Amino acid sequence: MSSFWNIWIWVLTLGSLVGCFLLLRWCLNDHTGVKEGESMGHSFDGIEELNNPLPKWWSTFFLCTIVWAFGYLSLYGLGSWGGLLGWKSSNQGILNLAESKAKTAASLAEGSQLLVQYDREVAQADAKYGPIFTAYAARSIEDLATDEEALKIGQRLFIQNCSQCHGSDAHGTTGFPNLADKDWLYGGSPQTIKETIMNGRKASGMMAWQGVLGGEQGVKEVAAYVISLSGRSVDPELAKAGQGKFALCAGCHGPEGKGSIALGLPMGAPNLTDNIWLYGGSKRVIEESIRNGRAGVMPPWKDILGEEKVHLISAYVYSLSQD
Amino acid sequence: MTTSNTSAVDYNFDVVRQFTVMTVIWGIFGTLVGVLIAAQLIWPALNFDTPWLTYSRLRPLHTNVVIFAFGTSALFATSYYVVQRTCQTRLFGGKLAAFTFWGWQAVIVAAVISLPLGYTSSKEYAELEWPIDILIAVVWISYAVVFFGTLVKRKTSHIYVANWFFGAFILVIMVLHIGNSMAIPISAMKSYSIYSGAIDAMMQWWYGHNAVGFLLTAGFLGMMYYFVPKQAERPVYSYRLSIVHFWALISLYIWAGPHHLHYTALPDWVQTVGMTMSIVLFLPSWGGMINGIMTLSGAWHKLRTDPILRFLIVSLSFYGMSTFEGPMMAIKSVNALSHYTDWTIGHVHSGALGWVAMISIGAMYHLIPILFNQGRMYSIRLINVHFWIHTSGVILYIVAMWISGVMQGLMWRAVNTDGTLTYSFVESLTASYPFYFIRFIGGVLVVSGFILMGYNMFKTIYAKDGSLQPVEET
Repeated sequence: MSSFWNIWIWVLTLGSLVGCFLLLRWCLNDHTGVKEGESMGHSFDGIEELNNPLPKWWSTFFLCTIVWAFGYLSLYGLGSWGGLLGWKSSNQGILNLAESKAKTAASLAEGSQLLVQYDREVAQADAKYGPIFTAYAARSIEDLATDEEALKIGQRLFIQNCSQCHGSDAHGTTGFPNLADKDWLYGGSPQTIKETIMNGRKASGMMAWQGVLGGEQGVKEVAAYVISLSGRSVDPELAKAGQGKFALCAGCHGPEGKGSIALGLPMGAPNLTDNIWLYGGSKRVIEESIRNGRAGVMPPWKDILGEEKVHLISAYVYSLSQD
Repeated sequence: MTTSNTSAVDYNFDVVRQFTVMTVIWGIFGTLVGVLIAAQLIWPALNFDTPWLTYSRLRPLHTNVVIFAFGTSALFATSYYVVQRTCQTRLFGGKLAAFTFWGWQAVIVAAVISLPLGYTSSKEYAELEWPIDILIAVVWISYAVVFFGTLVKRKTSHIYVANWFFGAFILVIMVLHIGNSMAIPISAMKSYSIYSGAIDAMMQWWYGHNAVGFLLTAGFLGMMYYFVPKQAERPVYSYRLSIVHFWALISLYIWAGPHHLHYTALPDWVQTVGMTMSIVLFLPSWGGMINGIMTLSGAWHKLRTDPILRFLIVSLSFYGMSTFEGPMMAIKSVNALSHYTDWTIGHVHSGALGWVAMISIGAMYHLIPILFNQGRMYSIRLINVHFWIHTSGVILYIVAMWISGVMQGLMWRAVNTDGTLTYSFVESLTASYPFYFIRFIGGVLVVSGFILMGYNMFKTIYAKDGSLQPVEET
């Protein structure tokens, strides 16, 4: 903040408060020239005003709030001055999580009292609850998946952080996979699930195929073939034409359309033969997916939640497909 | 009341009449939309899968209609009436005053059409798109010319306190509206704000909180300063108190916006100043309540017989309550609990339905017979029924929202022994349903009261001139 703006802020803020104080003091004394309790002598459409004094409790209380205001501002600061307490709600001016973590780490390292409220609360929570998570982190995901207490914590973390996309029951919704149906895009082993949550996933990209397939006709043909893979009835002519073009899709979805996992590949291309549809299974939606492509993103959680919590969420998600 | 017709001044009551009638009509419509969206929160199917009936589009319609159609029409009507009567002169700018009526109704009709269609600038309480914003600015500047023009040609030596408040409200709303609505149009009904990020948020709440502070508080205090002493037939309690609380109120209110942005990306010091000024604002706000209620000293018995006075005085009690609650909610640690919960909705409605609506209803019941050459409203009993229905509705509404708000705040911060949150968001929503239902019932009562008022108004208007005689006090 430039010193001009700093002065501007100080003058206006303190000026308003001092102004209120002076106004109050001035009106505490009677300058009207009219006896107290008498009419001011002017009448507006029959309405007169009395010269009553300010109620004592009111003016005292008002004065107290003005005094308090000066006290509060001195403790908590004004403009570029941080105040006597040096308190901050959060690290001011940081632009991302990495900067925030670096600043917190620095103030922890130099042993200052953590005047930043957010950092202090996080540090307190870590100190209090950290050991619980550390203990769980030492155990394997398979082991935790049978531990009721661990699963409860995992579920609560899931509901707070994951349910917005995957749903409270983890059954997913359009564009966000169902995590309880044993149909995996990247794999359902404990380690793969944890890897997915830790680092996120960015679909290698179902590209837009309309151009490559020679326009709308090509899209319809391939869509018909894809639908036929799940055993649904389609126009056999279209499907046959589509089958010829499906070779283009086989690179990711496999020659039989069984998805990238069946090929041992990491790009997250869905199995097209199981009648489970990430974006919807109607002809219209499948054509749309082929025509314009899809690009799903799962954000990485390791910086937000930390590995220990991800470990517990992984156990919960893993448990959903074990029965 | 008959004295009002004996005045020698040829007042312009046409525009006052027009705004008065529209106040009641918009009051019915605005609260009706409010009840519909309250019902949608319990029964989501009530949007009938129609885009223009969805909550997201009707909520801004509700707020715009109650604030700018109902509330502001009431302010136009009363300020035009009061400024003429207390300045003993005819309204300045005859055709211009008529333009403010038709222009303002055009703004509202444009809002009623464009908001359900989905046109929005996405700024709260300033959702209307840029062509409508320009019309608002033109009408508002004309309003200022008419009002201050009348003040200039006044026949009285002093300017009555009600006009200080009306004047402050008109000037500040003009500055706020123009400042906050600055945008770059990219098509006929789409524009982008010239502000961005935290500055945009600060501009938004500088506007938003002062729409509350100047339109819904200062403006209605102006109304209070005329209609309370007039209806009570008592002098204003303290001239000196009105001086302190007027200047302190308008100089402190303008700072209070940042308390809407506690614990956000807004710099800490701005939040600190917002909270400080909000708390210092508490006593100046109460100055108006004291002056209004104490004006009744020596005339308390009138509350037993006069339901209009009851509306006016109970409105001041709600005013006192919500201007106490407001500074409390502006305290950072209280705000950490109350923010984003229904407590805020309860607070707003204790101000809107308790203070703003009740003072306006009282003022309208005072005005309607005078404007339409009658000695009284068609039915005093219906006014009384309206009073009780409205008051019960408001209390049900705000108590329900207080409980659900505090409950939500507590549920959102509850943690288990492992530090994870105890409740998911949807659990707090499920727990709120009973209170949403009580709020809905409260809303239905308020709308019913408004409909009674509409009936009573039209019966008064269409009664034979002078056929309704004032009831003699017993």
